[in-house]
Amino acid sequence: MELKTAQAGTLESGDIVIELAPATGAGIEIELNSTVAYQFGEQIKKVITETLQGLDITAAHVTATDKGALDCTIKARTTAAAVRATGKDVWM
Amino acid sequence: MILAEAKKMNKEVFNEKNLVKDGTQKMDALKKSPKLATLEEAIKKSGLKDGMTISFHHHFRGGDKVVNMVVDKLAEMGFKNLSLAASSLQDVHAPLIEHIKNGVITSISTSGLRGKLADEISRGLMDTPVVFRSHGGRGSAIATGELHIDVAFIGASSCDPMGNACGFSRSENAKSICGSLGYALPDAQYADKVVILTDDLVAYPNTPNSISERNVDFVVEVESVGDSSKIASGAIRDTKNPRDILLAQTAAKVIVNSGYFKEGFSIQTGSGGASLAAVKYIRQSMIDQNIHASFALGGITAHMVKLHEEGLIDRLIDVQSFDRVAAESIMNDPKHKEASANEYASADEPGSATHALDIVILSALEVDTEFNVNVLVGSDGIIRGAIGGHQDTAADSALSIIVCPLLRGRIPCVVDKVTTLITPGKSVDVVVTEYGIAVNPNRPEIAERLKAAGLNIVDINWLKDRALKTIGEPAALPFGDKVVGVVMNRDGSVLDVIKNIAE
Repeated sequence: MELKTAQAGTLESGDIVIELAPATGAGIEIELNSTVAYQFGEQIKKVITETLQGLDITAAHVTATDKGALDCTIKARTTAAAVRATGKDVWM
Repeated sequence: MILAEAKKMNKEVFNEKNLVKDGTQKMDALKKSPKLATLEEAIKKSGLKDGMTISFHHHFRGGDKVVNMVVDKLAEMGFKNLSLAASSLQDVHAPLIEHIKNGVITSISTSGLRGKLADEISRGLMDTPVVFRSHGGRGSAIATGELHIDVAFIGASSCDPMGNACGFSRSENAKSICGSLGYALPDAQYADKVVILTDDLVAYPNTPNSISERNVDFVVEVESVGDSSKIASGAIRDTKNPRDILLAQTAAKVIVNSGYFKEGFSIQTGSGGASLAAVKYIRQSMIDQNIHASFALGGITAHMVKLHEEGLIDRLIDVQSFDRVAAESIMNDPKHKEASANEYASADEPGSATHALDIVILSALEVDTEFNVNVLVGSDGIIRGAIGGHQDTAADSALSIIVCPLLRGRIPCVVDKVTTLITPGKSVDVVVTEYGIAVNPNRPEIAERLKAAGLNIVDINWLKDRALKTIGEPAALPFGDKVVGVVMNRDGSVLDVIKNIAE
């Protein structure tokens, strides 16, 4: 799917900023910067990847700046960024 | 006859030549005290050598200027292999990293570490582990000689040329005030040499004094010893966070219904927004039920001073003034007493105030299902706090209440096992979270009273599970094999060790 650069989320505690850009290689690449990287780094990447795949995005460059967001927040921010990047509304 | 008696006593006979009479007006003569020196002169004259122990207090908290100033000077003078015995260290002490790398400082003992210095030490900066002691434990260790201080460097808000020093100043030149000098008093009493640094050199006599000239060897006038405006920062800021306010209100309900809320009770609040704010919410209950506290202890805040001035708290016992209002109160109010670390919280001091303490409200980074508390090491394995009086007050009080949110971001505060053991669960009675209140099974009578008052009492295991349900299962921290810190209990035994965090 065609992607423009787009982002969603804030740097508040408990939130995450997801920035989506066209893929530079194959598949979904995630650059994660998280305050809870030791305990939840893999889980955060997994939620982002699954959320994007669920929206039929199989290749993207993701920059994620996490301030301890819960999975539901990560999913919501990733979805919002994807909608902005693709122009395709998933909530209609 | 005189000579014979003198010989029997192994004494000399009086010689008039040894009697010096000085007719100078004393206010002029006293300005030339032999104790006045520059920092470099004081260090030289103190006899400080490589390998010795120097000490500092942390009453200026984030505004402290003395540690960096003195250690910079010691580095410049070529000292190596010094032990730094601080009552605590803050973010502002990051420049110590370079002095550790250069071998000027090779060991540290403190109550806590924060900021970049804590981060580097957690990753293995030092070869010798940092020794962490509670405030009462440090006082004991100094008094018993376990922690021997060769030269104490004490920042004071006023001092006369003879060394009478205070954490406040009555002169119009007052620059930086910190209030109580409680943590510096054991250093002043027991260190071999004591250097006072002050930014307000006042006329003799600077009375009522906190530190006596008898304990002071050198007085050094400097531009500034600290920034008072930065005292009420970090862990002791006044909270506006709605969750902290909810926790404070709940803690106040626990106090009022605990069975200890009686005429003449005593209370302490530890650092942390919610525990400090709890005082605001017990005030109305004190007025409504006509109940007065005999004393409030510890880090004294503006809230405590207000209740004291309203007649709700009779005395204030102050080892550390947490804000400017408290610092001014201790100067002006004889019922606001300065206490040394030993008088405050030492286990081996029968008269220490914690032994007379009914209720303490404390914060926590983590509490586990055995009620053990960690206030030192973050859930990311990085040191980010201080033992403070946590161990001391929890152990000695009749009722200890821990106030913490269930989650900080995605980090759980109620866990299966604390990252680092600081306060043993046996001394922890009640844990207040926004999801419910857990009471130590050792204290069933308190659980009954709180239930009868309609408070939401839950099992601590339920709190832990509730946290995990929200955040998922955290992965284990990547600890290495190097010991970077040793946690002492207040009785001098070793409680736990802190390992380095590996990248």
